[in-house]
Amino acid sequence: MARRRIGATLLLAPAGLWLLAMLVLPLVVVLVFSFGERGPAGGYAPAFTLANFLNLGSRGAAFRNTLVLAPLGTLACLLIAYPLAYVLAMRVGERWRTVLLVLVIVPFWTSILIRTYAWIFLLGGQGIPKLLGWLGLGQPMLINTPFSVLVGIVYGYLPLMVFPIYVSLERLDKRLLEAADDLGAPPWRSFWQITLPLSLPGVATGCLLVFILLMGEFLIPAMLGGGKVFFVGNALVDLFLQSRNWAFGSAVAMALVVVMLVTVTVYMRLMRRWGGGRDDVALM
Amino acid sequence: MTDRDDHISRQRFMEELRRYRKGSVSRRHFLGVTGLGLATVALGQGLGPRRAWAQEGIGDRVAIATWPNYHDPADFDAFTQATGAYVDVSVFGSNEEMLAKLQAGGSGWDVFVPTNYTITTYVSEDIIEPLDLAKIPNYDPASFDPRFAEAGTVDGKVYAVSKNWGTTGYAVNTTHAGDRQMTTWKDFWDRTKEDFSGRTMVHDYQLTTIGNALKYFGYSFNSVDPKELADAEKLLLEVKPHLFAISSDYQPSMRPGDAWMSMCWTGDASQLHRDIPEIAYVLGREGGEIWSDFYAVPKDAPHREAGYALINFLLDPQVNAREALFHGYPVADKRVNALLPPEVLNDPILYPAAELLAPLEFGAAVTLTDPNRAELMARFKSA
Repeated sequence: MARRRIGATLLLAPAGLWLLAMLVLPLVVVLVFSFGERGPAGGYAPAFTLANFLNLGSRGAAFRNTLVLAPLGTLACLLIAYPLAYVLAMRVGERWRTVLLVLVIVPFWTSILIRTYAWIFLLGGQGIPKLLGWLGLGQPMLINTPFSVLVGIVYGYLPLMVFPIYVSLERLDKRLLEAADDLGAPPWRSFWQITLPLSLPGVATGCLLVFILLMGEFLIPAMLGGGKVFFVGNALVDLFLQSRNWAFGSAVAMALVVVMLVTVTVYMRLMRRWGGGRDDVALM
Repeated sequence: MTDRDDHISRQRFMEELRRYRKGSVSRRHFLGVTGLGLATVALGQGLGPRRAWAQEGIGDRVAIATWPNYHDPADFDAFTQATGAYVDVSVFGSNEEMLAKLQAGGSGWDVFVPTNYTITTYVSEDIIEPLDLAKIPNYDPASFDPRFAEAGTVDGKVYAVSKNWGTTGYAVNTTHAGDRQMTTWKDFWDRTKEDFSGRTMVHDYQLTTIGNALKYFGYSFNSVDPKELADAEKLLLEVKPHLFAISSDYQPSMRPGDAWMSMCWTGDASQLHRDIPEIAYVLGREGGEIWSDFYAVPKDAPHREAGYALINFLLDPQVNAREALFHGYPVADKRVNALLPPEVLNDPILYPAAELLAPLEFGAAVTLTDPNRAELMARFKSA
């Protein structure tokens, strides 16, 4: 028994130490800083004040943008990724499947920075709007709008949504679908009652993955939002790199951590209640 | 070297440079016809400075932090050819961002380009140290216009050497301006709310964005007065929905015509006007900023020798003249001006009329560290 415990401790040690040094200790520093003051030339000066937390309202717009665009981006990713994953898992032969899966991964071979930069040109006045103009559809301003940020988000995060859904669909026992067919269920019904419920764990994983990363996103809004579509991540970059108010920046960071914890907890509760129930039904 | 580089006329050199930049001639043709190719080869073979640098062992890389569109990449290539040190360039849009990186430590920079009003803060924050001028033989204090070079000297010690100087006005694509001439900052802000709505850019930089909003009310560009800053903030928040973007790198948006007007520094204005003649440069009649930029070496520079070598290389009047022809910023070094063609020296974008220059202000050190200006800018961006 004792030996077992020592073994488990040793196995956990690398990850534990890593988390302690890279997550817990920095968070403690951020927490301490969040009660401090801005230094005379910027940076941090020791103090104990709640002023930074009372000032959080001045970043309300950034929090609102994040809390609207992160779920919206997750939903858009889901709506595009699900049919794609469905076709990959259910409708294509073995050989094509590999090719198509590789195509989904290929964008990851280039830096997200460069890929997002390309969208500046695509969405800029000489890109898609010009094409729309030729087609007689007017020349809408696309770049530096919430829409362009959403496009960038879907583009950047799609693969993270496709893979978990693909895996859960791929593992689905196809005999269940044949049985449904034999019993006279029309395709939409077997999809609704078998495929969809069984793929929900993949959907939940994909959504969580994309949503958490989006909550901390700053690169895509910075590049495709023209400094006008502001996420909390952008407010943080600004506070640390421009106005050099580390104390207030730490308070905003703590607030973001809390908002994330709350939303993710609520989300997981809901998923367990809905998805879990259906899982049981489907398995019987 | 001097004679060899000069074997085509300055006029001709300019024409060839423009042809090369437009892409109508190849790099090889350009280097051949201007003699720069020969010069590069000569440097590369170690006839000149290479041996000296190689002996000192400056290492294989040097990192510089600078501003957008502020160097000819070909000159960095030439430096690498001559010394073997690869030039790692990072670009910033504000002094505040550079200061933040240096304050946090471990920036990894060997050279950076601060503006006049920041140098005293870098000295008092113990971030830069007096330059070892023996390592910059190309720096000749007597050749520099003290008006633009003196901010590099603090308490009698030279902490930074002059790079360029210039002004901050705005670039406007006159095809969209109609008959109404634009001459003031009031025009800039008012018309952003009218016919330039959705097409105007302001810098991602507190000094100029707040400063030029202050000019709307006739206040000092450098004001830190809370009431005056509150007026500026009100204007900025009013204008924000009408902005195309908040960014200090505006050429990529001005060139394809997405943005029609932007706060703009001298060199970007000359580069834009050179390629798109209908883009004009306006200095607000109320005033605004005149500035000078410098080369400085951070105390924690990891490749100090290479940093000095790069500064010395860039201050070589021949190199500096090539840089000026490329980026279109005026130089405070009269040795360089002697090499520049008259059309550059008479260009009103580079050298505005005296009555436009008179009301301009140099940035004040207090604006860099003032917490209210910093927070105002951050609030404006996150609004």
